[in-house]
Amino acid sequence: MNLTLKVWRQKNASDTGRLVTYEAKNIIPDMSFLEMLDVVNEELMQKGEEPIAFDSDCREGICGTCSMVVNGTPHGGMKGTTVCQCHMRHFKDGDVIIIEPWRARAFPVLRDLVTDRSSFDRIIQAGGFVSVNTGGTPDGNAIPVPKTDADVAMDAAACIGCGACVAACKNASAMLFVAAKVSHLANLPQGRVERERRAIAMINQMDSEGFGNCTVTGSCEAVCPKEVSLDFIAQLNREYGKAILKNRMERKLAGGG
Amino acid sequence: MINLLKNLFCSSLGKKFIMAASGCVLFLFVVGHCVGNLQVFLGPEAINRYGAFLQGLEELLWPVRITLVTLVILHFWSASRLTLENRAARPVAYAEWNPTVASYASRTMFVGGSVIGCFIVYHILHYTALVNVGGGNFTSSAQFEWTNEHGEKIHDIYKMLIVGFSVKWWVSIFYIVAVGLLSLHVSHGAKAMLQSLGLKSKSYDPAVRCFAAAVAAFLFVGYSSIPLAIMLGFLK
Repeated sequence: MNLTLKVWRQKNASDTGRLVTYEAKNIIPDMSFLEMLDVVNEELMQKGEEPIAFDSDCREGICGTCSMVVNGTPHGGMKGTTVCQCHMRHFKDGDVIIIEPWRARAFPVLRDLVTDRSSFDRIIQAGGFVSVNTGGTPDGNAIPVPKTDADVAMDAAACIGCGACVAACKNASAMLFVAAKVSHLANLPQGRVERERRAIAMINQMDSEGFGNCTVTGSCEAVCPKEVSLDFIAQLNREYGKAILKNRMERKLAGGG
Repeated sequence: MINLLKNLFCSSLGKKFIMAASGCVLFLFVVGHCVGNLQVFLGPEAINRYGAFLQGLEELLWPVRITLVTLVILHFWSASRLTLENRAARPVAYAEWNPTVASYASRTMFVGGSVIGCFIVYHILHYTALVNVGGGNFTSSAQFEWTNEHGEKIHDIYKMLIVGFSVKWWVSIFYIVAVGLLSLHVSHGAKAMLQSLGLKSKSYDPAVRCFAAAVAAFLFVGYSSIPLAIMLGFLK
């Protein structure tokens, strides 16, 4: 199949960038979207042109590295799928495909389709630690966790931190990501010890990174490759509301040298 | 306490709490106001008695009015701050953007809300402050007096409505457009406020969705039926 690509090309962070049109010829429908880009890049390199820069790592939908907006939808719009697992059979011969990077102030474009998502890392860092007792190895079931709680925590922990929620949100809000991270720990007894401190610290960091706010549109949930539910945003709101009422941030952490 | 206020007024989630909580009270108000207004279909006696009852709550009238205006201001303040942050969060727009499941109502909350805000000012000038902004001068004569069953002279709200909606056709059209926007706003707001306050739960979420759609439809039909009925001559 032959396709027309309109790809965002941007030399570096300070370049303004523009959409450039390329022809993708002889694409096999079983190729993944990234393999299709590999073919286009091979051709560009043979012609002596700069290949299209994009992020990828595992290419099996579990690492959260690949990140591009295809025809206006992050990861290409296949339900519960990253763009590396989106296959060319979902497109038709002769299609025009627009490929853009994640667009958010907190995710500055480094080059072409590659964005700097370290704002997510800083939010995780702000979340701090989980208290673990030192000493001998505890028994596996020393802390009882109800099965349903473990399942809910796992649904939140499925978040791979790709940033598609931010890219899809009309406000470039990171609420689904932060909600997944806060809920994942708040649903487990091990994570409950620092839950208030964590909720406030992560929200403060999220705000200072320049993400937008939640308008409850549901776009984030719709594009999430791990189908993290909007219900976790409700839980984040609840965690934060309780935390600011308890006012645990007032007391500075003591000790630890 | 200082920290709580700082978190409430400065953080993104705090501002969402303010928006949702004020929206919740305003939501109850618009539903109550609509039900009250529908008494116009029961004739002048009923709606004028209702008006006199509200006016008679002398000790409560101004505190309630001040509270409602304060809530509108808080609602608008948090909305504008959040919207400015949202616009700043995406400095370069997408060449193509697919809203996926984001409803039209959810994407137009601020613009629609701002028009509703202007409408509220107009509406208060029109029927509360009785400024002549729609062709009907409600303060000029004794024709807007109604004598009730006890022989007391009270405001003739019924006649005010008839005159207010029949002197200039564009007044009625503006009201109908504004309540259309209001019901669109409420159709999203009624379910989003529970999410923002962290009260959403899978167990009753489907009911909340139906409720939000039903109330939005009720508000549009209820509010627009009055100017429509007057324009079409059903109420005289």
